[in-house]
Amino acid sequence: MSAVIFDCVEKTYSDAPGSLKALDGVSFSIEPGEFFGLLGPNGAGKTTLISVLAGLARASAGRVSVMGHDVLTGYAQARRALGVVPQELVFDPFFSVRETLVIQSGYFGVRHNGAWIDELLEGLGMADKARVNMRQLSGGMKRRVLVAQALVHRPPVIVLDEPTAGVDVELRQALWHFISRLNKQGHTVLLTTHYLEEAEALCSRIAMLKKGRIVALDRTENLLAGTASTMLRFKTDQALPPDVAAQARVTGRSVQLQAHHAEEVEGVLKRLREAGVRVEDLEIGRADLEDVFFEIMQNPAHAGQP
Amino acid sequence: MRNSLAALEGASTLFRKEVLRFWKVSFQTIGAPVLTALLYLMIFGHVLEDHVQVYDSVGYTGFLLPGLVMMSVLQNSFANTSSSLIQSKVTGNLVFLLVTPLSHGAWFAAYVGASMVRGLAVGLGVFAVTAAFIPLSFVEPWWIVIFAVLGSGLLGSLGLIAGLWAEKFDQMAAFQNFIIMPMTFLAGVFYSIHSLPVFWQQVSYFNPFFYMIDGFRRGFFGQCLPLVQPGRGGHGLCGSGGLGAVLVGPRLQDSRLNSLIDSG
Repeated sequence: MSAVIFDCVEKTYSDAPGSLKALDGVSFSIEPGEFFGLLGPNGAGKTTLISVLAGLARASAGRVSVMGHDVLTGYAQARRALGVVPQELVFDPFFSVRETLVIQSGYFGVRHNGAWIDELLEGLGMADKARVNMRQLSGGMKRRVLVAQALVHRPPVIVLDEPTAGVDVELRQALWHFISRLNKQGHTVLLTTHYLEEAEALCSRIAMLKKGRIVALDRTENLLAGTASTMLRFKTDQALPPDVAAQARVTGRSVQLQAHHAEEVEGVLKRLREAGVRVEDLEIGRADLEDVFFEIMQNPAHAGQP
Repeated sequence: MRNSLAALEGASTLFRKEVLRFWKVSFQTIGAPVLTALLYLMIFGHVLEDHVQVYDSVGYTGFLLPGLVMMSVLQNSFANTSSSLIQSKVTGNLVFLLVTPLSHGAWFAAYVGASMVRGLAVGLGVFAVTAAFIPLSFVEPWWIVIFAVLGSGLLGSLGLIAGLWAEKFDQMAAFQNFIIMPMTFLAGVFYSIHSLPVFWQQVSYFNPFFYMIDGFRRGFFGQCLPLVQPGRGGHGLCGSGGLGAVLVGPRLQDSRLNSLIDSG
């Protein structure tokens, strides 16, 4: 039995101008114990898909199930199996950290949850904040409470919707250490993130979403192997020749170009020399997930299902 | 069986959380309305004691007090559900509830139950503070209990509907200040509707708050205002209104909650 199944999920916002189709026939499943990454640019439909999974939005068509329970007809069991860390930094200002976690446990029918709450507070490095009111916490600490709230009923499936957005390096490390430990213990993790190096390091399988459609879905190593295996990276202050610029990814002074083999690298360098472009810090390296992501998102052929 | 127990625990947690929410700011949610009622009582009682006589054996202050108590019960029951829900919606922390397995019935019972606790706590507070210097008789105590309980349930449900409907604080304030406040003030709390011109008397009979307050008063004096006899018309309407809210509320909430979920 799959941990999560999306079956031809569609979501149309008819009140949006021109009727926005946020999800357009999304189908894939996540197996128990997987660390699954869901990537896509802003507006691709990632949060909508997670909202449908969590019961925060209704699919216009299709079915979604969690641990075999349909999110509509078996919503109570589906939600008990699911822990969602929302993207927005929200909190209830009336309560302390411990009160927040005890209340959240109660909603799921879990009583006498003190030992697990202590473990969560310890694991997320906030044992000393248990009695502090939510209002008095820093942004990073509030984010940790959101994670603890999602885990308080020990769900087998954990959904993290951009949990490290605007979070410092220390917390990011602590968070991934904790989530990886849970994953090793058998929890299934579904992650959306903008930090592609995180997804590359953590996720065993990745789906890429573009305009509400899955445009890539494979094991992380296959995605990395299946695209341009070499990247040419350099810095320059000068304008690139138009034919090179058309294929380049430029960020400030930094330029990245795909090169499938050595001749192609030589060809690019020759064009730059002919155009009189001076390059610095030239390096040739392996393509990373960001390169794969960029290639897939730029490719007009990826308009539909793979 | 295990799931039913979990569902019960979920509903009771939400109820306790809602009670704790207003209890943590009890100066504002209980103390302030009690003080407001006392100020009304002192000012109107002092000014009108010698000028207004509604029942032969009851002075104006004695007439005013039950009305003020019921008004406080109704307004605070409404305020509790509506403010809690709109705050959760605007700040976004409603998501913590939306991802839980709580049923719509559990939501309704917990929110309305907590609002009844607050409304009744404020009502008892006003009684407790005034008991020493305004003697009251309790001729038909069940009328007091039934009208207070059903009235607070009715307004708690109305607060829930308003909270589900409103998208921002401004809309909620409009609902409270342009509907709830005038209807309670114009329900004969401070005066007998007999003192109004005939037209406004007739208008008052369409105000459900009038029946809630008049029925509550009957518990103290053993009589309603002569135009409305007990067991007929308005009081029955009011009673069935309270019951109706309890029965219909979950359905209303059901449909509205679904649209709330979708818009989230």
